[in-house]
Amino acid sequence: MNGDTFKINVEHLDFHYGDFFALEDISVGIRQYATTAFIGPSGCGKSTFLRCLNRMNDLIPETKVEGKITLDGNDIYAPDVDTASLRRRVGMIFQAPNPFPMSIYDNVAYGPRIHGTTNKAQLDEIVEKSLTRAALWKEVSGKLNTSGLALSGGQQQRLCIARVIAVDPEVLLMDEPCSAIDPTSIQKIEDLMDELKSKYTIVIVTHNMQQAARVSDWTAFFLAEHADRPAKLIEYDKTDTMFTNPSDKRTEDYITGRFG
Amino acid sequence: MLAGARAASISQSELENHDVIKERVLHGLLFASACVAVLGLVLIFAFVAVRGVPIFAKAGVVQMLSSTDWSPMDGRFGILSFIVGSFAVTVGALLLGAPLAVGAAIFLSEIASPRVRSIVKPAVELLAGIPSVVYGFFGVIVVVPQVRALLGGSGFGLVSGCIVLAVMIVPTIAAISEDAISSVPRGFREGSAAMGATQWQTIKNVVLPAARTGIVDAVVLGMGRAVGETMAVLMVLGNAPVIPRGPSDPASTLTSIIILDMPYASGDHQTALFGIGLVLLLLSMSFVAAIRILSRSRKAR
Ligand SMILES: Nc1ncnc2c1ncn2[C@@H]1O[C@H](COP(=O)(O)OP(=O)(O)OP(=O)(O)O)[C@@H](O)[C@H]1O
Ligand SMILES: [Mg+2]
Repeated sequence: MNGDTFKINVEHLDFHYGDFFALEDISVGIRQYATTAFIGPSGCGKSTFLRCLNRMNDLIPETKVEGKITLDGNDIYAPDVDTASLRRRVGMIFQAPNPFPMSIYDNVAYGPRIHGTTNKAQLDEIVEKSLTRAALWKEVSGKLNTSGLALSGGQQQRLCIARVIAVDPEVLLMDEPCSAIDPTSIQKIEDLMDELKSKYTIVIVTHNMQQAARVSDWTAFFLAEHADRPAKLIEYDKTDTMFTNPSDKRTEDYITGRFG
Repeated sequence: MLAGARAASISQSELENHDVIKERVLHGLLFASACVAVLGLVLIFAFVAVRGVPIFAKAGVVQMLSSTDWSPMDGRFGILSFIVGSFAVTVGALLLGAPLAVGAAIFLSEIASPRVRSIVKPAVELLAGIPSVVYGFFGVIVVVPQVRALLGGSGFGLVSGCIVLAVMIVPTIAAISEDAISSVPRGFREGSAAMGATQWQTIKNVVLPAARTGIVDAVVLGMGRAVGETMAVLMVLGNAPVIPRGPSDPASTLTSIIILDMPYASGDHQTALFGIGLVLLLLSMSFVAAIRILSRSRKAR
């Protein structure tokens, strides 16, 4: 669209799970320092698409990706790409909070440690900074040595955000990060996204239209029109435009709640 | 309509009553089976102790445990060489077998393609069920000659015993560890990968610690199989009641001496064999304790 440079650019992406054709001919440019929302009915491939952006689907056997995805202009599916360093730059938050069965401190220090930070003072600083940014520090500063699994669902999700922030990625992929948590925590996470936007590029999948409207600058609408057909990108535009004046009838129907 | 609703609600409450009773019966049954399991252990222990303890009183605990002179016909009951034999083959088998088995389990659950896994996993489980005599044959035909060629001596001895036992416990440990590793939630792996961890970093830092309890259980079971194994050990160990001087010298274990002497032993000799059984039980328990303590201190670190 109009000659923007994109942080992530996807061209003509097809995706298969074995024999199942999940995504067809998706082209999307994702802008730096902005938040892009993916919306669409359940099962239309939003998570699948999101997971293509940091090659998380590589972990699922017998998947096939065609087309091209670039990060800062470099093909992320090129044969010489190291997926670990790619994922360090493109971090991911999952729908279900998944803290490791270790202490809160170790959860946050996990990423920096595997990337070679061993200095205790440095780790302490990263842990405090990350937890503070994830709006969790006040609640857990006194119990950093307790298990991350002992936190509430909303706290766990913020811990997972802190954990990813600790490795300082450039892009944050969030797959329905608020679907399993309470309104107060949602508020905190949305505030956080607002703040992070200045430094990161954020992509969020959400089922909540209000949330998409609140947090995102751009919105992409996915839809599989028949159960046995792959999903396509129906419309992609500025969030304001998309929610006030969608150009596709199907987008309008979905946003106004007429199906999905 | 109203009557129908009432009928429905009555049968509903009857159903609940029924459920409560069912629940209680089930609890009772489960409690009973737990008791039977514990009781079995207590009875076995008590039985062996009752039959075996008199020999310690008669021959002296220290004397029996510190002497290698096993001449039951002459009233000398030194069992140190059997203890050393059992201890050595078990530790050796675990040192050889456990890392191999856990490695195999990691490969199967984390690295192998679903196709390879679907072939190898059942094969491993099948191996875990092979009778130990067959492993004994394998030892006599394959392992002993190799050991003889490599280390000299007869080939019948500690090294062969350790190798055969290791091969025998690998499938057990691998199969159970694999279950433990593959039941680690996928979210842990994905969370780790999403921060730029390599596959090996994920396995080492997240998957293995999360599967730790299951892997320790697997090793304990493998150990149990090794320390209690009789047939296979008997076939390759050479069975001399001495402390082996070298790795390919013959040795004996607590189990092998019991099986060799039981058919004809009587009187004190027979009591001594029960005494050996008691020592075997205690040895096995200390192995369990040692494995648990070792794995705990490694976690704390
Ligand atoms: N591991 C998998 N193997 C095979 N098919 C899969 C797999 N994961 C997802 N699919 C299929 O791909 C399609 C898209 O799934 P995906 O999870 O991407 O949808 P989604 O838009 O994220 O849905 P939701 O909003 O419910 O999370 C679905 O039809 C789903 O059944
Ligand atoms: Mg999804």
